[in-house]
Amino acid sequence: MRRIIAVLLENEPGALSRVVGLFSQRGYNIESLTVAPTEDATLSRLTLTTIGDDRTIEQITKHLNRLIDVVKLVDLTEGEHIEREIMLIKVKATGAQRAEIKRCTDIFRGQIVDVGPSVYTVQLTGTSDKLDAYLDAVGDASILEVVRSGVSGISRGEKVLGL
Amino acid sequence: MELLSGGEMIVRTLQEEGVEFIFGYPGGAVLHIYDAIFQHCDIPHVLVRHEQAAIHAADAYARATGRPGLALVTSGPGATNAITGIATAYMDSIPMVVLSGQVQSHLIGGDAFQETDMVGVSRPVVKHSFLVKRTEDIPETIKKAFYIATTGRPGPVVVDLPKDITDPAAKYEFKYPEKVKMRSYNPAHRGHSGQIRKAVNLLLEAKRPVVYCGGGVILGDGAELLTKLAKDLNLPVASSLMGLGGYPGDDRQFLGMLGMHGAYESNTAMHHSDVILAVGVRFDDRTTNTVSKYCPTAKIIHVDIDPTSISKTVTADVPIVGPVSTVLKEMLDQIAEMGATDAQTLDRSGIDNWWEQIDEWRDAHGLWTAARYDTNSNQIKPQQVIETLYKLTGGDAYVCSDVGQHQMFAAQYYRFNKPRHWINSGGLGTMGFGFPAAMGVKLAFPDEQVVCVTGEGSIQMNIQELSTCTQYQLPIKIITLNNRALGMVKQWQDMQYGGRYSQTISYKDALPDFTKLAEAYGHVGIRVEKLEDLETKMKEALSLKDRLVFLDVAVDPAEHVYPMQIAPNGSMRDMWLNKTERT
Repeated sequence: MRRIIAVLLENEPGALSRVVGLFSQRGYNIESLTVAPTEDATLSRLTLTTIGDDRTIEQITKHLNRLIDVVKLVDLTEGEHIEREIMLIKVKATGAQRAEIKRCTDIFRGQIVDVGPSVYTVQLTGTSDKLDAYLDAVGDASILEVVRSGVSGISRGEKVLGL
Repeated sequence: MELLSGGEMIVRTLQEEGVEFIFGYPGGAVLHIYDAIFQHCDIPHVLVRHEQAAIHAADAYARATGRPGLALVTSGPGATNAITGIATAYMDSIPMVVLSGQVQSHLIGGDAFQETDMVGVSRPVVKHSFLVKRTEDIPETIKKAFYIATTGRPGPVVVDLPKDITDPAAKYEFKYPEKVKMRSYNPAHRGHSGQIRKAVNLLLEAKRPVVYCGGGVILGDGAELLTKLAKDLNLPVASSLMGLGGYPGDDRQFLGMLGMHGAYESNTAMHHSDVILAVGVRFDDRTTNTVSKYCPTAKIIHVDIDPTSISKTVTADVPIVGPVSTVLKEMLDQIAEMGATDAQTLDRSGIDNWWEQIDEWRDAHGLWTAARYDTNSNQIKPQQVIETLYKLTGGDAYVCSDVGQHQMFAAQYYRFNKPRHWINSGGLGTMGFGFPAAMGVKLAFPDEQVVCVTGEGSIQMNIQELSTCTQYQLPIKIITLNNRALGMVKQWQDMQYGGRYSQTISYKDALPDFTKLAEAYGHVGIRVEKLEDLETKMKEALSLKDRLVFLDVAVDPAEHVYPMQIAPNGSMRDMWLNKTERT
């Protein structure tokens, strides 16, 4: 099952490599990983998505917790949560395709953020599923370049992952 | 206000931490530190002949004393040579701080002379590591290193020190923090009382209980409490390789080691048990045989300080995360309370049948109660060497072992009555561990008998330390079960590879005369070839209190270690009992 784990990490050199090293060392897979400092400069917030059965996920969260640099973590998929990913995509846009791409982008509530004589650059935000659906809709033949941020997530309601 | 250089700060922090020995080897990146040691340090420095030995010695010092070991190595090859030792300590959860030199800060990342990314290279085999960037950070970082190494599940911590921050010319204010607090590190300090109550109830109701004692009992100073619990409830006790000494080895209730080369009665009792109280163990693959067939009728109570150990391989029915000692104490308290209100709960006659069954198993194939090897052979059997050692030392020696058949024979036939006396590389299985380990133990306990049980293969992996023992006059007794072969691998080749001895006997005609080698370093060498000489010569070796003696014993090269669990697809009770007979 796909899980989204949010981690508060000491913003120290080498901390991220310990997290990544843990996954490769123990044979867990990382689907995506995003990391950036938070409002508190001493902390980084990391969101990682991984796939595994309950037993594996339990081991992953325990091992993450065991890392000295990990301050706190939560498996967001255990409760209601919001996940977002941002995608920038460069697509062929010539002739009739220009209108078609524009329509498709509007339907997905994306924005065309750059325009060239034969290409559009589109920005799209949403769940990973939505981004996948957009890529399907546009079709492989039109896609020139894709860059995705990986998932960022936060829990719904009052729950806060903080110190 | 006291102004110190980085090198001086390091010396001071080690003094503040009560470090008794610095095991190390100098080099370019640690010159400033060694100069500070020369000028200001009253802690004895032990110069090894290879950095790996420094780590093993510091590691064994920690295993034997319970206090953290300390090693100091230079950058580059000094650091990489330390890795095997660090990995050994990591696998067995040994508290240790390793200080490694690093090239000057401005050279880091530039492929400088003797540069290696020590924090990176050591990452998978340390509990934590630090690269210190400012001289002012040295005291707090080293304080943290000791704190992390010794608390929770212990482990090695690396502190990497660039040369420039130890510069004698740059002095900063020195203040050693009394305490350290880390928001991201809070090891469990007690178990969950509700879970402990569940465990106690399960244990009291059990008809076929077994206590499974692991290395955590030794590391967590839980041996006394575990022994009391087992005694109070008349529980049989099995032990992992790392748990030996956690319960008295010569006691009636002790079933012996369990696992791949565990005793028949121990493995069989585990298989048929209905409740297993597993304390300080991690259900390593060498102790479970096939996990899906593991102890099918048993409910498992698993006590460990590290949550990642729980339900990693074997699912726990009652998991308890906490230090072994406080959890066992609380179990004993709860049992005492129950006994005070209802003496009936402590009636243990319900497990009489279980003990009768265990005694039957013992009579049939017991390690100490039935014949386990041919005593009428004209060759010395390796088991006889260990049994003789046990007899002559009364079970009181510190036995440091290398890895292989001799290790298993020592674990089986030397009955450890006290914790911290069996010093071996269980998790990583590091050949070359035993001899430097014996140095660390001998330095800590100069008046105790310290024996290194080894093979002619393992001893050659760190034999250069004979010189260190000359320098510091360490009268260790090295007992080599010399079978002219890499015996354990050869045993597997016998059993699973049609006796094709690929590289396991090829060195048999190239072995040195170990007695002469020992003599070349100024030690005593004694060779034993006949069984009738074994006891007298071993007695002679052990009686030479002030000399290192290399006792080279020619043993039967054909001997295998039994019992041996049958794999793949075997359960705990499926074992070869000898070359032809199986359960």
